Amino acid sequence: MSTTAQPGPVSIPAPRSSQRTRQRSNFELYSWVFMRVSGVVLIFLVLGHLFIMNILDGGVQRINFAFVAGRWSSPFWQVWDLMMLWLAMLHGTNGMRTIINDYAERDQTRFWLKMILYIASGFTIILGTLVIFTFDPNIG
Amino acid sequence: MATLSVGTLYRGGEGMWTWVLHRITGVSVFFFLLVHVMDTALVRVSPEAYDLVIATYKTPIVNLLEVGLVGAVLYHAFNGLRIVLIDFWSKGPRYQRQMTWVIAAIWLALMVPGTFFMMKHTVEAMFGSTV
Repeated sequence: MSTTAQPGPVSIPAPRSSQRTRQRSNFELYSWVFMRVSGVVLIFLVLGHLFIMNILDGGVQRINFAFVAGRWSSPFWQVWDLMMLWLAMLHGTNGMRTIINDYAERDQTRFWLKMILYIASGFTIILGTLVIFTFDPNIG
Repeated sequence: MATLSVGTLYRGGEGMWTWVLHRITGVSVFFFLLVHVMDTALVRVSPEAYDLVIATYKTPIVNLLEVGLVGAVLYHAFNGLRIVLIDFWSKGPRYQRQMTWVIAAIWLALMVPGTFFMMKHTVEAMFGSTV
C-alpha cells in the first residue's frame, strides 16, 4: 500500500480549471453598457421633463388633469414619456440589482430582495405603459 | 507614497464620495419613480382623483422635496456623465477629480436659479408677493 505511487488527493481541482466556464454569459457586460447608454439618453429625457414640469411657466402649480390631457394629445410627448418610463425603470432596476448584490450577503436574502424588486418594477412598467396607451381625456 | 493614489478611483477622496452619493441619489430617485408612476396612473381613475393627489405636490413641504428631487437627479445625471467619461475618454481617469469639481459647479449654477423658480410660488403664498 505504501509502496504504490498514489497520485495526490483527487478532490482538489487543478488551478484555473474550466469549472466556472459552464455558466459564462455576457449579461453583466450588456448591463454595464446599458447603464451608460440609457443614462445618457435619460439625461435629455428626464432633465427636459423636470424643466418643463417644475420650472417652466409656473412649474408644478399649473399641472392638473387638463394639462396632462393636452400633453398626451401629442404623439411626441407620448413617445417621450413612454421611453422615459421604460429606460428609467430598467436603469433604476438594474442599479438596485447591483446594490442588492453588493450588500445582501445571504443567498436567500439576495434572491428574495431581487424578486420583490422585479415584481415592483414589472408592475410599475406595465401600469405606466397601460396608462399612456389607454389614456382617455374624456373620462369622468 | 505618491504612487499609491495612482489608479485608486473608488477608495477615499472625491472618487469614493461621488460613488456613495451616486448610490444614495439613485436609490432615492428610484423609489420616487415607483410612487410617481402610481400617482400619474390616477388619470385613469378620474380627473378629480388626479387633481387631488397633484395638489399635494403644490404644498410647501412637498415643493421643498421637489427641489431635493431635482437636486438628486441633477447630481446623478452629471456624475453619471463623469463616470462615462472616466470609462470611455482616454484622459478620463486622470481628470476624474477635476471633473468632480466641474460637476459641482454646474450643479450649483443650475440649482440656484432652479430653486428660485421652483419655490417662487410657495414663498409668495407663505410670505406675500413682495417681488
